[in-house]
Amino acid sequence: MLEMVLITLIKVLVVVVAVLTGCAYSTYMERKVLGRLQNRIGPSYAGPFGLLQPLADGLKLIFKEDIVPSNVERITFALAPMIAFIPALLSFAVIPFSSDFELFGYHITGMLSDLNIGILFIFAVTSLGVYGIVLAGWSSGSKYSLLGGLRATAQMISYEVAYGLSIIGVILIANTLSMRELVAIQEGITNWIIWKQPFGFLLYITAAIAETNRAPFDLPEAESELVAGYHTEYSSMRFSMFFIGEYANMLAVASVGTTLFFGGWNGPFLPPVLWFVIKVVAFMFCYIWLRATFPRLRYDQLMNFGWKVLFPLALLNTMVTAAWVML
Amino acid sequence: MSEYLSILIFILIGTGIVLFTFLLSRLIRPHNPYHAKNLNYECAEEPVGNSWFQFNNRFYIFALIFVIFDVEVIFLFPWAVAFGQLGLFALVEMVIFILILFFGIFYAWKKGALKWV
Repeated sequence: MLEMVLITLIKVLVVVVAVLTGCAYSTYMERKVLGRLQNRIGPSYAGPFGLLQPLADGLKLIFKEDIVPSNVERITFALAPMIAFIPALLSFAVIPFSSDFELFGYHITGMLSDLNIGILFIFAVTSLGVYGIVLAGWSSGSKYSLLGGLRATAQMISYEVAYGLSIIGVILIANTLSMRELVAIQEGITNWIIWKQPFGFLLYITAAIAETNRAPFDLPEAESELVAGYHTEYSSMRFSMFFIGEYANMLAVASVGTTLFFGGWNGPFLPPVLWFVIKVVAFMFCYIWLRATFPRLRYDQLMNFGWKVLFPLALLNTMVTAAWVML
Repeated sequence: MSEYLSILIFILIGTGIVLFTFLLSRLIRPHNPYHAKNLNYECAEEPVGNSWFQFNNRFYIFALIFVIFDVEVIFLFPWAVAFGQLGLFALVEMVIFILILFFGIFYAWKKGALKWV
């Protein structure tokens, strides 16, 4: 029993550190790739190729003064960054990073917790993140924050429905909610669910980008109108919690997408965990590519698109998939 | 049960790391507040009026629509998991259910609930 707890403890630490490092280097990758796409070179001073840039940013944020405006609601103001960050981190608890392996005579599973309701768990905890955003917007006592928080909330709940519906097709094919079994049935590139659910994948990626508030759906932080949206009044570590939370959410979406549609850690020759990382990085690259390519939508276009296009299409996809599985 | 135990450990360690960074930052950062610094940001002007103002009640309507449809989406999950064993009857039932959802969204659309301004 003690050994079990100890193994879990080590695994938790490894996952948390890996996710935090992943978030830090996602920011580096974003700036570097975005720079290249805009014909610049991106960060290049801190360390070779600017590789120490995330570290420098983190240190800077820790040393920054934490300015709390005098008219904020103090308790919610302090809680909001944590509520935004911790659920984003939590979804990694059920994602399978690797196949099972033996280490020092212990049998170690490649995921933290093999819940039989894995996907539902992820959807449940990632939805909690919206509370952090609405509380941050409301408690800041600033007009920009309130508007940004409201916008973010309306957008996230609108796309939440399509997001949930888009993976029903996958579950219809796989007949399971367990992440481990989802990976197990996708062994070999021909068995990837993307080939059976290409349309479902398009719906998933669109809803997921809106869900994580990224360009072209980054209305909550439209700089031209709202300064910085819901985190206008935040500084220092509290600000960085929102920032890391956003990247952790993106990584979670990429990991779930990899597991649901692209066979998770399955792949030839290379070790499984490396395949997982490669697929997630490819996903993140698409995120950045989209950001560099598309202009921002208008707010009414965004809401119309979510409810009048994405939601009916997701329903239709569910019906067609069900009929197809039946045949 | 141990599966949920590891999630509990994960929550505790995640929260611990957040609290630790907050504490670390509190120990080493400067702290020098004064009146002008603690004002809300409003384009370098003195803030005007209260920030808890009235906003468009569209947000409320969209929240209601979300509650209605998201709860119905949840019903699709158990159906999708058990679909392999349920057969044709479940398919027909669910097609009827989804058609009702279609009708619902169409009704909300026609009533103007989905119109933004």
